[in-house]
Amino acid sequence: MLGEGILKGLTETARNFAGSFVSAERLTTVQYPEQRIPTAENARVFPFLVYDGKDWEAGMRCVACQICEKECPPKCIYIEKSKDKKPDFVGKMQIYPAKFDIDVSVCMSCQICVEVCPFEAIKMDTEFELSTTDRFGGLLYDRKQLSRSNEYYHKIHPTEAAEVDARLAEEKAKAEAKAKAAAEAAVAKASAGPSVPAKATAVPAAGPAAPAAKSADAASRPKPAGGGE
Amino acid sequence: MLEKADQVFLLLRDWLVGFLPPGWRSAAGVVLGVIGIIAVFPGLFAITTVLERKGLGRMQNRLGPNRVGPFGILQPIADAIKSLTKEDIVPLNADAVVHFLAPVFLVVVVFMGFAVLPVGRNMVLVNMDSGLLFYFAMGASTEVSIFMAGWSSRNKYSLLGAMRAVAQMISYEVPLLLSSVVIVMMTGSLSLVKIVEAQNQYTWGLPHWYIFTPWGCAAFVMYAVAATAETNRSPFDLPEGESELVAGYFTEYSGFKFALFFLGEYLAMLSISGLGTTLFLGGWSSPLALLNWVPSWIWFFSKVMLSISVLIWVRGTLPRLRQDQLMNFAWKFVLPMTLLNLMVAALWRFLGDGWARWVICSAILLLVYVAAGRVGMRREHFGPRTYRYAE
Repeated sequence: MLGEGILKGLTETARNFAGSFVSAERLTTVQYPEQRIPTAENARVFPFLVYDGKDWEAGMRCVACQICEKECPPKCIYIEKSKDKKPDFVGKMQIYPAKFDIDVSVCMSCQICVEVCPFEAIKMDTEFELSTTDRFGGLLYDRKQLSRSNEYYHKIHPTEAAEVDARLAEEKAKAEAKAKAAAEAAVAKASAGPSVPAKATAVPAAGPAAPAAKSADAASRPKPAGGGE
Repeated sequence: MLEKADQVFLLLRDWLVGFLPPGWRSAAGVVLGVIGIIAVFPGLFAITTVLERKGLGRMQNRLGPNRVGPFGILQPIADAIKSLTKEDIVPLNADAVVHFLAPVFLVVVVFMGFAVLPVGRNMVLVNMDSGLLFYFAMGASTEVSIFMAGWSSRNKYSLLGAMRAVAQMISYEVPLLLSSVVIVMMTGSLSLVKIVEAQNQYTWGLPHWYIFTPWGCAAFVMYAVAATAETNRSPFDLPEGESELVAGYFTEYSGFKFALFFLGEYLAMLSISGLGTTLFLGGWSSPLALLNWVPSWIWFFSKVMLSISVLIWVRGTLPRLRQDQLMNFAWKFVLPMTLLNLMVAALWRFLGDGWARWVICSAILLLVYVAAGRVGMRREHFGPRTYRYAE
């Protein structure tokens, strides 16, 4: 009969209308500034730098290897290496970024910097309320603004952060075992041949760290000039 | 006491007019009545906009405006301030005079329609013997203003919208009139006051509203359809279909002129609901004899707002029609049904009292409704569409 469909439609809208007062599923609106839904775990906005411990400067994982700077498609990362070194999470001496800037107005949230970072130092943040009245200075974040603690990382991406921590702990254990083995070997060597006591213990401990740092330095030094363009 | 509550506005008017010298009193009374209409109906318009936005929101599973004031009830004030402070742009090529006159004319004409509507017992501005005729004359004039707007804007969208509006409104004017003619036949008067009085009788405590008769019910349905089309409401909102024509005939309007069009449209909706209430729903008479003590104007306005709510409900439900569907529906279905309804009403009159006329009239109307729906509104199957391009 003519009009049946109209009646059916009218019932449906009436049910929606009445249902919106009683059922939460029918009224899905979240009144944003007052109410918020937690962000999804795999949400990503802009990158941040992870640090371990309490002090952001001392605990910064980044070793200024500049891989992210080179890989970044829109070239929004700018890194300057430090002259001196500081110990990393294993205790090895590493250089650190004296300057680490990300221009979030340029960043396209592609997460490539996170993918390429071998040191688990750069991760994606979920913070999205970043509006500012200064569109030039306000959107250029320096390393202090970019630093977030590992606890914060655990809070926003728990699964991913747990994996990262496990990997780092494994690496640390491996390094410690290696150091221990080296120390034991040195002790054995020292006990076997007492002729060279001081030199044998010093070489294995410093040996692997210094050449590695030097070679990383040598590999990346000529690049920034070319990579920046 | 209750008598006084019923006549409170008239008593107030008489009290105010009493301060003037006797010669001025009748004129001042009319002016006060006009002020009353100009104050009350735009107020209802404000309520309607907020009701519509919130109601539609709920139907679409969202909240609707809720930021301005408690539950967003001050939203119309914010909208009014916004439209008053906006820049008023007149297109360079527009006919500035007509462009300016169109919204003014619309609002004036729509307000004129309220003059003959009885909003309560003894509460009518002009008790015209041919009130219904006057109302339809005014209602039909809105088409002129819409075409003025569309033509003077010098914009293709405006013109198309205006063309559609005029075609649609003229098509639906005919069933609108014919469905009301039934009431005139039964009452024997064109005066809206007399029409309400004829319905203000009770049998076993139930009112004699025309909607409770077979022909009245059918006429009411036709009237509702035609009124929806006449006020360019969804699903007949082709003249301003925003997905097709930007905003239709008021594309080139901004600021307060746009607000006037908006006001005119909603006032037309209120007034046509008021007329529908008057013709079919007993105007200011109460729905039960028991409730006669409630002031008559409360009944009128609650019935009008109820009709408006139904219009909002329909708007929240139905998608827009296509132009050919719109025209087919008017000329192939609604018009024949209203003509048949005239016959049925005549039959009702001559069958005399008794239950037989109820059965016969209802049966005829139902049968024809079903048959016409089956045959007349059959879905047409067009072949595959072919295009002929210019060589």
